[in-house]
Amino acid sequence: MSAGAFRTATGGRIDRTHTLRFTFDGRPLQGCAGDTLASALLANGRHLVGRSFKYHRPRGIVTSGSEEPNALVTVVRDGGRTTPNLRATQVELYDGLTAISQNRWPSLTRDLGAINDKLSLMFPAGFYYKTFMGPRFLPENWAWTKVFEPAIRRAAGLGRAPTSADPDRYASRYAHCDVLVAGAGPAGLAAALAAAEAGARVIVADEQSEMGGSLLSASRGAINGVPTAQCAADALAQLAGHARVRLLPRTTVFGYFAQNMAGLAERISDHDPSPDPEGPRERLWQVRARHVVIATGAIERPLVFSNNDRPGIMLAGAALTYLNRYGVTPGQRAVIAGSHDGIYAAALDLAGVGVEVAAVLDTRADPQSAAMAAALDAGLPIRTGTCIVGSRGHLRVSEIMIGAPMADGSIRDAGRIPCDCLLMSGGWTPSVHLFSQSRGKLRFDAAAGVFLPGVSAQSETSAGACGGASGLAAVIESGAAAGRTAAQACGFGLGRARAYRVEGILEATEATGHVNAPRLPQGMAKAFVDFQNDVTSRDLELAAREGFRSIEHIKRYTTTGMATDQGKTSNMNALALVSGTLNTTVPDVGLTTFRQPYTPVTFGTLAGMARGDLFDPIRRTSIDGWAQGKGAAFEDVGTWKRAWYFPRAKEDMHAAVARECRTVRAAVGVFDASTLGKIEVVGPDAAEFLERMYVNAFKALKPGRCRYGILLNEAGFVIDDGVIARLAQDRFHVTTTTGGAASVLNMMEDYLQTEWPDLQVWLTSTTEQWAVIAVQGPRARDVIAPLVDGADVGGEALPHMSVCEAKVAGVPARLFRVSFTGELGFEINVPVGAGRSVWEAVAARVEDAGGCAYGTEAMHVLRAEKGYIIVGQETDGTVIPEDLGLGWAIGKSKADFVGRRSLVRPDMIRTDRKQLVGLLTRGRDVLLDDGAQVTSVAAPAKGTAALGHVTSSYHSSVLGKSIALALVRGGRGLMGQRLHVPMPKGAVEVEVVSPVFYDPKGEKLNG
Amino acid sequence: MQYSFLNLVRQGLSGHQDWPAQWRSPEPKTAYDVVVVGAGGHGLATAYYLAKEHGITNVAVLEKGWLGGGNTGRNTTIIRSNYLWEESEAIYEHALRLWETLSRELNYNVMYSPRGVMMLAHNVHDVQVFKRHVHANRLAGIDNEWLSPEEAKAFCPPLNISRQLRYPVLGGALQRRGGVARHDAVAWGYARGADRLGVDIIQNCEVTGIRRDINGAVEGVETTRGTIKAKKVGVVAAGHTSVLMAMASLRMPIESFPLQALVSEPIKPVLPCVVMSNSIHAYISQSDKGELVIGAGTDVYTSYSQTGGLHITTHTLEAIAELFPTFRRLRMMRNWGGIVDVTPDRSPIIGTTPVPGLFVNCGWGTGGFKATPGSGHVFAATIARGEPHPIAAPFSLERFVTGRLIDEAAAAAVAH
Ligand SMILES: Cc1cc2nc3c(=O)[nH]c(=O)nc-3n(C[C@H](O)[C@H](O)[C@H](O)COP(=O)(O)OP(=O)(O)OC[C@H]3O[C@@H](n4cnc5c(N)ncnc54)[C@H](O)[C@@H]3O)c2cc1C
Repeated sequence: MSAGAFRTATGGRIDRTHTLRFTFDGRPLQGCAGDTLASALLANGRHLVGRSFKYHRPRGIVTSGSEEPNALVTVVRDGGRTTPNLRATQVELYDGLTAISQNRWPSLTRDLGAINDKLSLMFPAGFYYKTFMGPRFLPENWAWTKVFEPAIRRAAGLGRAPTSADPDRYASRYAHCDVLVAGAGPAGLAAALAAAEAGARVIVADEQSEMGGSLLSASRGAINGVPTAQCAADALAQLAGHARVRLLPRTTVFGYFAQNMAGLAERISDHDPSPDPEGPRERLWQVRARHVVIATGAIERPLVFSNNDRPGIMLAGAALTYLNRYGVTPGQRAVIAGSHDGIYAAALDLAGVGVEVAAVLDTRADPQSAAMAAALDAGLPIRTGTCIVGSRGHLRVSEIMIGAPMADGSIRDAGRIPCDCLLMSGGWTPSVHLFSQSRGKLRFDAAAGVFLPGVSAQSETSAGACGGASGLAAVIESGAAAGRTAAQACGFGLGRARAYRVEGILEATEATGHVNAPRLPQGMAKAFVDFQNDVTSRDLELAAREGFRSIEHIKRYTTTGMATDQGKTSNMNALALVSGTLNTTVPDVGLTTFRQPYTPVTFGTLAGMARGDLFDPIRRTSIDGWAQGKGAAFEDVGTWKRAWYFPRAKEDMHAAVARECRTVRAAVGVFDASTLGKIEVVGPDAAEFLERMYVNAFKALKPGRCRYGILLNEAGFVIDDGVIARLAQDRFHVTTTTGGAASVLNMMEDYLQTEWPDLQVWLTSTTEQWAVIAVQGPRARDVIAPLVDGADVGGEALPHMSVCEAKVAGVPARLFRVSFTGELGFEINVPVGAGRSVWEAVAARVEDAGGCAYGTEAMHVLRAEKGYIIVGQETDGTVIPEDLGLGWAIGKSKADFVGRRSLVRPDMIRTDRKQLVGLLTRGRDVLLDDGAQVTSVAAPAKGTAALGHVTSSYHSSVLGKSIALALVRGGRGLMGQRLHVPMPKGAVEVEVVSPVFYDPKGEKLNG
Repeated sequence: MQYSFLNLVRQGLSGHQDWPAQWRSPEPKTAYDVVVVGAGGHGLATAYYLAKEHGITNVAVLEKGWLGGGNTGRNTTIIRSNYLWEESEAIYEHALRLWETLSRELNYNVMYSPRGVMMLAHNVHDVQVFKRHVHANRLAGIDNEWLSPEEAKAFCPPLNISRQLRYPVLGGALQRRGGVARHDAVAWGYARGADRLGVDIIQNCEVTGIRRDINGAVEGVETTRGTIKAKKVGVVAAGHTSVLMAMASLRMPIESFPLQALVSEPIKPVLPCVVMSNSIHAYISQSDKGELVIGAGTDVYTSYSQTGGLHITTHTLEAIAELFPTFRRLRMMRNWGGIVDVTPDRSPIIGTTPVPGLFVNCGWGTGGFKATPGSGHVFAATIARGEPHPIAAPFSLERFVTGRLIDEAAAAAVAH
């Protein structure tokens, strides 16, 4: 059996022997392999498939492709795989497919929302801008936010978002090619063949499951003697024979970006009843092509007349596709209407399979063409000079009203014709979307009444119907020529041109048609321009009446062209109507910008594989595994995972951090500092370069010594800091903050390349080359001394802020004597491959010395006890060195450095700037909140300006109290004074103290 | 005709034939008291308040394209006032208060919808920064509260707060009075309001030169529709401000970048509030129509091209799909870009300039929609009086000379 009562006995590209079961709104139905959901529904006589957005009007299938405005469904699949808003015309049927209609309640046939249609006089375009502001006796905005907006929201929207997470995978690929062909209809295939035969690497993409475009629904004629319908298969077979050709069916070229980059979305598994769960559902291609051939065809326009939206009313071209490609008839008694020759071919084909053709209506008064002659010969009832003025029918069209346009612009009633389907064609609009996205300039072809590609902005050619070619022969010719042009543009020879001989086609002499949009008399029913958004001709007129002139305004005011089809079928009709209403030309009204994507693209496809741990690369140090083994807790710092603290049995974070801090101060601790940014700065001008970048003086720094460097931006604010060691006359080891590693290198390169190209300096990021093991505490030297070979680690030979090269645990190392804790400290830099083994050797000795490993939290507490700043915590982009008490670091005799000029601006030399101070609370255990504000009074009035804020706050177990650092206006002059930190439950009183809480003289450092 | 439910019904019964034009399309006069360049929300609001509050009605707003077609009509409409610095708090809160009564003020429903703006924290640093905002805002009397991950989820059910996320949600700062509004309605409402007070809004009129007298003071502008005289000219041209100010030989501390946004196909309500994540670059809300409205971070390169790179789109959707895994199958329906005017401290410039009679209001960058009413209000006062309104004063062009910057970005890397 050939699933469906409206299936023809033979013909089409479906497999009648392979029946597929599916359900629509719970109703079991059958289709054939090769069907789309739309063709299968039509084969079962189902035209009603959805409800419109605003008025909930019953709607049927209008098109056979991706431009479909009405037939939106939800395809239900298990476990988070349900997808809303799919076009039934693009959903490939599979066995067991479950689809449901949308935007209706309780059911598709009985939808209460249809009340909106009755009240539609109240809902013209933009009605919501004019009301819902009251009622006056309620507070402003109350009724809007509590009543009206929620109601509007509930009514709006189409399908529902899935309720569980999408388990599917999405893939991503980059590709290069010589020629990208978008669209595999006759023009695209001819272009691809010509380019491939010239030797080009070609990618051909087409949004449909089967390539061939309009060839697949051709019913007559032949090319070079081969029946037209078979030509696609032949061309594809030939293309497949070229090793350098890639064919991508089910792939939409959705975006055309700068430098000939195209975005392609490939649908891989949605048509599969049981897809491989490991395989991707869709794939994003980012293709860089040397030349692009746009062969995306043309889109048919509906006719605009009263009640032109009833189920059963569809585009004539779509009906032809359903008939010739899917073996489906649209009904039993058809009226075919339009304004160009294409309608006759449709009428002939339908009559050929036994559909009763009730009438062929041509709006033109005196059309002359071979197609019409053929229809006359076949005895079809043709009426010229006739247009449609309305339709009747409840859930399906049952009758149409026709009229005759008179010379004075009025329309004379010409009776009615009963029918169960109306096939209309208002002409074809070239798909210039991609051309326009490429930023090419469109030109208006006044004769054809359409926009066509004008001046190109990138290396591309439009071929076939989208370039304005009409008739199969011309389309193929332009495709073949485009393919040759493309190959030539890529440097290939012209080669021999193929000859194409097209015969037996009912050529349309006028295929674009003029836009049919009679002005409707007052009081007549709605004539839809944008079906999905329910925009009527009257809405467009209202917008014009209200002073909207630009099409961009009219689009936004009426929402025409803003539905999920983005106006593919409606934009030209809207433009024509508006220009008619305003008495201007179409180009005067303008064209809205075509934006990507051509058709909607799944978020998941765009996100690709960047999910879970692949969302952003996780960076781990060479010592990370050791820390994991010890049960460390980790924190995210930029892309790094850093050991935060090392809890021991039953310890919480607080206890662990307290123990780690005490251990470092009393004995020794070991800390993984590998994430610090490191840049090797080398060259004869290295010292000069650093001197210009950093505030400090580096030329005077002796090899073997280190200096604490501060980096400013041009505005004079601190943006990074770190220890910089001079290893040799022409070589520095620069460290940066963990977060600043990349940006500091970028900034250095920027200056080097653009400001000081004369300096001989080379920069290399070595962040990932060195593992850094910090050993800090009074016993630090005892711990490392036995491991060091080839250097004296004594205080004389290796004083604070110095560096030497040595072997540590047998590994060549750069050994720094530095401290970020205020204790005697070393930082051992070893090649990252040896990081773990050296760490283990050091950690074992630390353990033996009564020490422990400590994490970033303890590091923070220890440095805060010393008043050492952390960039990004004590600084926020508004802080200069002087504010931090670091004015001493600035090389006073230096000619210049980044930010220097800014430091003398009036605001920078004010004495009441916010300055870094310490704060102590009365109660020793009261911990201030990070970011809490500091005021002079305990109960500040609303709007009181803060004196500053708490930048860091910790409990110091070593000091036995909580401590805080803060930036306070004129803070250094407020030592010993009492200030307040207002909190929701009352202010906390604080005393301003020095930011150095521990070992203020720095004696421990210099041991 | 007043916009009201009653008039809608009346007009409904007569086929909506009598609604007047929302604004006239006048020919430019040869001279005005004030010329405002740029009919974005800020320019139109400026004209409206000049007429409404200062009685200066002989005003033209010149627009090179169609009114509201710049960033005003392209933005993701996030409105909030929980900024860090007192100067910012003052202007954004001033604007927020105007938003609360704007629909009635303009007799145009701008659909201000205080659905709550929640900013997510993904690391310890974020938490510290947002808590600092909460404390600062409390002092200023601006609502902003800290939510735990669970509270954030309760407020926004589709949010993923799994600890397994690459950058898990550690909490969020919520301003309940924050929300969104309908961008077109804001431009149109101000345009209609200004027009009704006598302001000429002249579209398709590009300013190509700024005329100055022998003393250097402004005396008018050259346009594609002829010379128009005015002793006071206010430039409110967002991304193109540098180009305009160069016509008066002023170099602006502004860089222009493309900023992209996109919407999904409409779906039934799923997202009750606005969610922002500055650290992974995702800004999302759901429009009344049902579309998910998603904003990106700025493109990396300066440009005047209103289309950005695909990699910015993908980067944004990576973040959205991680935070809202149930949205992964939804689809991007339309993507676009605007040109944002970014200052070194990410705060706007409002005020006088070294050229007498020339005023400027720009630098709103990625986040100026929310300021539209407040910005227009204080800029109108500044133009009318010839000296900065107190709220505008800290945002002077001068500050780049004095160094008294108002840096919101460095403190929080906040975009919108
Ligand atoms: C994608 C995106 C998302 C955003 N999201 C948000 C958000 O969520 N929240 C938020 O608060 N802000 C957001 N913004 C920022 C916000 O849109 C802008 O700061 C604000 O709208 C600027 O308004 P405006 O009136 O100054 O500028 P515009 O609306 O751009 O108006 C400037 C006008 O000047 C005109 N003009 C330029 N040159 C000339 C000339 N020579 N002659 C005549 N006219 C000229 C332009 O055509 C334009 O109409 C976003 C911006 C973008 C691009």
